[in-house]
Amino acid sequence: MAHEGGMQVLEERITEWRSYLRRRQAIDAPDVHELEDHLRSQVAGLQEAGLDEEEAFLIGVKRLGELDTLSREFAREHSERLWKRLVVADAQAGEGHWSREALVALGLAIAAALAIKAPELFGLRIEDGGPATESFYIRNFSLFVLPFLAGFFAWKRGMDPAGLMRLAAPFIVGALAVNLIPFTTGGHTEVLAALHLPMALWLAVGIGYAGGAWRSHDQRMNYVRFSGEWFIYLALIAMGGGVLMGSTVFIFSAIGMDAEWLLNTWILPCGVMGAIVIAGWLAEAKQSVIENMAPVLTLLFTPLFTLLLLAFLGTMVWTGSGINVEREVLIGFDLLLVVVVGLLLYSISARDPQAEPGFFDALQLALVICALLVDAIALWAILARISEFGFSPNRVAALGENLILVVNLGWSAVLYARFLRRRAGFAALERWQTAYIPVYAVWAWIVVVVFPLVFRFQ
Amino acid sequence: MPPGIDIGKDLVAASATPLVLAILSEGESYGYAIIKRVDELSGGELQWTDGMLYPVLHRLERNGLVKANWGRSESGRRRKYYRLTDQGSEELANQQRQWRIVNETLRATPFNSFLLATQGI
Repeated sequence: MAHEGGMQVLEERITEWRSYLRRRQAIDAPDVHELEDHLRSQVAGLQEAGLDEEEAFLIGVKRLGELDTLSREFAREHSERLWKRLVVADAQAGEGHWSREALVALGLAIAAALAIKAPELFGLRIEDGGPATESFYIRNFSLFVLPFLAGFFAWKRGMDPAGLMRLAAPFIVGALAVNLIPFTTGGHTEVLAALHLPMALWLAVGIGYAGGAWRSHDQRMNYVRFSGEWFIYLALIAMGGGVLMGSTVFIFSAIGMDAEWLLNTWILPCGVMGAIVIAGWLAEAKQSVIENMAPVLTLLFTPLFTLLLLAFLGTMVWTGSGINVEREVLIGFDLLLVVVVGLLLYSISARDPQAEPGFFDALQLALVICALLVDAIALWAILARISEFGFSPNRVAALGENLILVVNLGWSAVLYARFLRRRAGFAALERWQTAYIPVYAVWAWIVVVVFPLVFRFQ
Repeated sequence: MPPGIDIGKDLVAASATPLVLAILSEGESYGYAIIKRVDELSGGELQWTDGMLYPVLHRLERNGLVKANWGRSESGRRRKYYRLTDQGSEELANQQRQWRIVNETLRATPFNSFLLATQGI
């Protein structure tokens, strides 16, 4: 009986040792098997020589070598393993088997790709439709894909029926709004609704991402991280898609065929829809596997944008020239603020909240202050123009966005300054950003639903 | 102190390939048995860190000098066996020539008398 108990202890120790080994990137599962066989042979050999189990195990492990040294040796031989592959095959399912998650994601991507073609069954053909057909697609395109992405997360998080209803609600409201409101075809409010609905729905996907717990600040921050990685994956897939489409046109033109119709009616629309879902799945699957890319880009571009804004301010002071208020100026400055808020958000998302304030934080504050200054000058010019020409949907939308971003950046600057002077923790900044996210959602919904009514569908 | 003298890392690394190839030329074997054989042949003087053998075996496998296949041990455990390929035999012959040259050169130098002196011969 004592022997049985001993065996059990040995098994436990070996299991524990195996799990330590398994965590090393350079040592894969078959290697662990091989090393375990070695250890067991060694232990058996030492026991035969008269050692007890405990001693035999300890000596056996020691002879195999220190874990760090061992994994370094393995890494030298198997350097490809350090380049972590994205696990398309499930670790449990074994090599070469598709995980259930991959299959669900692929299925949803295909469904989204087909959904965009579904309206053609009702005669709404992209390629030969009039302006009404065109604006139908422009208003609705996010509704053909984002519900599938939200569905993927609802499935993955195992949401209950009540949660599913709450998740579905914004999509239903969005679909009703853009299709029942009698927009003037090609009008300003229609274009604005078409631009803001994807944003509103993207934040609705976040409810699914958080498994319904969208009030949780941690979940919101995770969704911000996810969104950044999703965007990067989408950009990479788009580049690959561009190469694919270019090749399609080229090889078909070589045999005297024009493949452009195939591109415009199938590959491009279906590819975009599928890619949006696939990028979501990849960003979700890789979160813990590969270093996040968005914070790295942030680190790279924060100093460059700060320099750009400083140079701009300096030039303006030096030459004394004001901002030339053109039609697109307001939108241009909105985009600048979006970039700055993005840089801020992603540097916050990747920062260790416990770390002491450092150089990069000061740089971040400098960037925010520069952006605020530049924007204040632009706003001044734009307000003058509005007081001269009155309100239009575009001007109000752009102005509203500007104000929302300025409030965010202004308060962030205050919080950053407090943090740098050690008057407050970093968590306050993080919390401010996540608490602010619903403001974007509310504004997007206002533009989609309220603007057409206020501006009489023009 | 372990028995015998500590052999430098470089020399261990350099001698690992010919030793493993030579042992496998006796017939198919597996990691633990190869370590045992090295221990036996060197009279316990040549001590490897056991785990380090495996990256060496994997490198030989990748270069096509040995071929590996999974089998079962006497007790039914999964075990990876290695055997020499034709290319491995060629490499072994090649290594033999190289080591003979090194050996002969060393013996012709004062290194040899120094070696004999320290061994008290």
